[in-house]
Amino acid sequence: MSSTHPHITPLKVYFLVFATLIAGTWLTYFVAYKDFGWLNTPVAMAIAIVKAGVVVLYFMHVKWQSRLTMMFAAGGFIWLFTLFAFTLQDYFTRSWMPLYQ
Amino acid sequence: MSSTVATPAAEPRTNYLNVDYGWKSWVFSTDHKRIAVMYLITIAFMILVGGSFAILVRLELATPAGDMLQSETYNKIFTMHGVVMVFFFLIPGVPAVLGNFLVPIMIGAKDLAFPKVNLLSYYIFLVGILLTLLAAAMGGIDTGWTFYTPYSSTYSNGQVALAAVAVFITGFSSILTGLNFVVTIHKMRAPGMTWFRLPLFIWAHYATSLIILLSTPVVAITIVLVALERLFHVGVFDPTYGGDPVLFQHMFWFYSHPAVYIMILPAMGVISELISAFSKKRVFGYPVVAFSSLAIAVIGFFVWGHHMFVTGQSTYAGVVFSVITMLVAVPSAIKVFNWVSTMYKGDIWMTTPMCFAIAFIGLFTVGGLTGIFLGTMGLDIHMHDTYFVVAHFHYVMVGGMVTAFWGGLHFWWPKMFGRMYPENMGRVSAAIIFIGFNMTFFPQFILGYMGMPRRYHFYPEEWQVLNVLSTAGATLLGLGYLLPMVYLPWSLKFGKVAGKNPWAAKGLEWETDSPPTTFNFDKVPVVTEEAYAYPEGARHQPEAKVV
Amino acid sequence: MSSVDATGLAHHFEDLEQQREAATLGMWAFLVTEIMFFGGLFGAYVVYRTMYPQAWDNASNQLDVLLGAVNTTVLIVSSLTMALAVRCAAKGNNRQVAGFTFLTLLLGFVFLGVKVIEYKHKWDHHLMPGPNFQLDGVVGGHEQIFFALYFAMTGMHAFHMIIGAGLMLWVILKALRNDYTPQNHTHVEMIGLYWHFVDIVWIFLFPLLYLLGKHGHAIGAVVTGGH
Repeated sequence: MSSTHPHITPLKVYFLVFATLIAGTWLTYFVAYKDFGWLNTPVAMAIAIVKAGVVVLYFMHVKWQSRLTMMFAAGGFIWLFTLFAFTLQDYFTRSWMPLYQ
Repeated sequence: MSSTVATPAAEPRTNYLNVDYGWKSWVFSTDHKRIAVMYLITIAFMILVGGSFAILVRLELATPAGDMLQSETYNKIFTMHGVVMVFFFLIPGVPAVLGNFLVPIMIGAKDLAFPKVNLLSYYIFLVGILLTLLAAAMGGIDTGWTFYTPYSSTYSNGQVALAAVAVFITGFSSILTGLNFVVTIHKMRAPGMTWFRLPLFIWAHYATSLIILLSTPVVAITIVLVALERLFHVGVFDPTYGGDPVLFQHMFWFYSHPAVYIMILPAMGVISELISAFSKKRVFGYPVVAFSSLAIAVIGFFVWGHHMFVTGQSTYAGVVFSVITMLVAVPSAIKVFNWVSTMYKGDIWMTTPMCFAIAFIGLFTVGGLTGIFLGTMGLDIHMHDTYFVVAHFHYVMVGGMVTAFWGGLHFWWPKMFGRMYPENMGRVSAAIIFIGFNMTFFPQFILGYMGMPRRYHFYPEEWQVLNVLSTAGATLLGLGYLLPMVYLPWSLKFGKVAGKNPWAAKGLEWETDSPPTTFNFDKVPVVTEEAYAYPEGARHQPEAKVV
Repeated sequence: MSSVDATGLAHHFEDLEQQREAATLGMWAFLVTEIMFFGGLFGAYVVYRTMYPQAWDNASNQLDVLLGAVNTTVLIVSSLTMALAVRCAAKGNNRQVAGFTFLTLLLGFVFLGVKVIEYKHKWDHHLMPGPNFQLDGVVGGHEQIFFALYFAMTGMHAFHMIIGAGLMLWVILKALRNDYTPQNHTHVEMIGLYWHFVDIVWIFLFPLLYLLGKHGHAIGAVVTGGH
C-alpha cells in the first residue's frame, strides 16, 4: 500500500484568498453604481470569474490536482459556454430575417 | 489479449450467482454484475409495457377511422409509448445492463469505482418507473414524450407534473451510471491496459458517459421549470407574460438530441465487439473508430437546432445547425465503413449475434442516411412531423440500438449466466425481427413522404394499404422480440454449459469464468496485448462452427 | 459486499491513493453536472435579460442589495471555515475539524435565515410570480419572469445549502468519532468541494440578480424601478 501525502496549504494562502474574495465582493458592489455603458455586465462578470477562479484553484485545491481533474473542472465551464453560445445564436439573429420581425 | 489469469480446470466453482442466496443478497448487492441482472429484469418488463402501447398504436392505425381509441386516449397511448421506451429502455438499455456487467470486467477491475452509487442508481431508476406508471394510472399524459410548452405547461389536462418528476428522477439514475463509468475507466484499468488497448465497447461507453454528464442536468432543470410553470404559472415559458416556448425547446433538445447518441453509441460499441469476434479479425482502423465515438459525442452537442427548423428559430441558426448536422454524419459513416472493412476477408461465422450485427449495419445505415434528409433544412420543412420522421428514428433506435442490444445480450449471455442459448432459435428470431422491422417501418417512409402526419389517428383511406402492412409487420416484430424472451430464460436451466470462451474471442471478459466470480478475476490481470489481437488470417475452429 | 478495511480502503481498490483519486475525479464529474444544472437557469436568464433589459433593471431594484452583500460575505466566511476544516483533517486534528465544520454549519444557517427574510418581503409585496404578481400596481409585466428565475435560482441554491447542512452534520459526527486521518480524509475533502461549489454559484448570482439597475446612481442609494 502506497501512503498518500496530503497536501497541506499554508494558512497564509487561505487568508490571502479570503481577503481577495472579500475585496472582490466590495469591488463588485461599488462598480455596480458606476456606469460603464455596455461594459457594466462584463466588468461584474470579470470580477465574479476572478473570485470563482481563486475558490476553484485554492479552496478546492485544483492548483495541486492532476491535469485530469483540471480538465474536468474546466470542461464544465467550457461546455456551459457552448450551451449559451448556440442558444444565443438563435436569439441574436432572429431579427436578421424580415420574416421574424 | 493474454493475461496471467490462471485457473484450475472447471469444477463447479463459486461465482457471482451462487455465492449467496436469498432476496437480501440481491436487493442489497453492490456487485456490478448482480445490479446488471436486476436492470436486465426491470428493463425487460419495461419493453413489454412500452411494446404493448406500441401494439395499441398500430392496431388503431390499421383503419383510417379512429374507431378503437378516443383521440385523447390515442394521444396518451403514444405518449406513454415514447416516455417508457425512451427513458426506461433506449437510454439505460445497453449501458445499465451490458455496460454495468462488462465495463469493469473488460478493463480488469474488481467492480465499478462506486459500487454503492451503482446500487443507488438502480433504485432511483425504479422510483422513476413507479412514478411514471403512477402517472399513467392516474390519467396519463398526452403531451408526447417531448413535453413541449406551452401545451404541457398550460393547456394539457394530464399528469404532466408527476410525469415530469418521474423523468427528473430517472435522469439522476442515468447521471450516476455515467459518473461511475467515467471514473472507473479513468482510474480502475488493470496494469498494462492503456487507452489504446481498451476494447471499443469501453470507448463507446466513455463517450456516452461524457454526454450523460454534460447534457442530462440541463433537461433536469428544464423539467423543473416546466413543473414550476404548470403548478404556479410563473410565466417562464408562457408567451402571455413574455416567456418564450422556443427556449424550452432549446434547453430540451440540448439534452434530447445528445440523448439519441446516449442510445446509439453504446450500441455501436457492442457492434464493434461482435463484428471483430465473428470475423476473427482486429477491428479495421481501431484508433479511428475509437475517436469517432468521441467525435460523435462532441459534435452531437451542436446540432440540436435541427429539431426546431419550423418553430420560429432564426433562419441563420437553422443554417448553422443544418451544416453541423451534416458533419456529425461523418464519424457515424466512418464506423460503418470500418465495420464492413473488418468483415472483408475475415472468417465470418454467422451466429445469432453476428446476424444481429449485420442487421444493425443495414438498418442503421438506412436510419442514418434518412437523418441526413431531415437535417437538410429545406427538405425538413416538407417532412417535419410526418411519418418520415417516425420511420427515421425507429430505424436508428429500434433497428440500431434494439438490434445491437439483442446481439450483445446473445453474445454475452454465456458469460453472464454460463449457459448457451439455442443457436437455431436465435437465428430464427433474428430473421423474424429483421423482416418484421422492415415491414413495419419502411412503409412509414413512404407514408411520411406522401404527407401523413405523426400523432393523428385518422388518415385518408388511400393510405390504408401501407398502414395495414405496417401493422402486420409490427405483429411479426413483436413475435420476434417475444421469442428470445422465452428461449433465453429457458436456456438458464436447459442450455448447454458454455465454458469460459465459447466464441474463442479475445478480451479480458473471455479469460475469466462463466459466470465470473464476485471479484471477476482470481488475480489482477496484466495486459500485454492490443485489443482484438487475432493472428493474421485467423480461422474459427471447425468444430466450433457446428453449433 | 463492498467491505472496507481498517485503514478505510474499500475492497475493490488497490490502495488508498487510487481510492482517493477516484473519489476526487468522481466529485469533480459530479460538480460538472451541477455546473450544467445551474447553467440551464443561467442560460434562461441570459436569454430573457437580452429580451427585456428594462424590466430586468426594474425587477432587480426590488431586491435588497445590503442583504445580498451580507449574505455574500457570510458565504465567503463559511467557505474559509470549510477550507480550514479540510486542512485540519489533513493534519488529523479531528477536534478542530468538528469545530470549523460547526462554524460552517452555523454560517450556512445565517445565510438561509437572511434568505427567509428576503423571501418574506417578496411574498408581502406580491412579488411571487404567478397570477397574484404585481409590481407598482401593474399585473403581468415582464418583471415576473425575472422573479420566476430569481426564485428558481436562489431556491435551487438554498436547496443545495440545505443538503450541504446535512453533509456538515455527517462530517461533525465522523470527526467526533476520530474518523479522519492524514492518510484518509477524502470524505471531508469531497464535502468541502461541494460546499465551495455552492459558494461559487452565489458569487455569480449576487451581481447578476442584485446589482443590475444601479448604474450611475449614488452608492447605496435605494433605486426603485419606474413604470
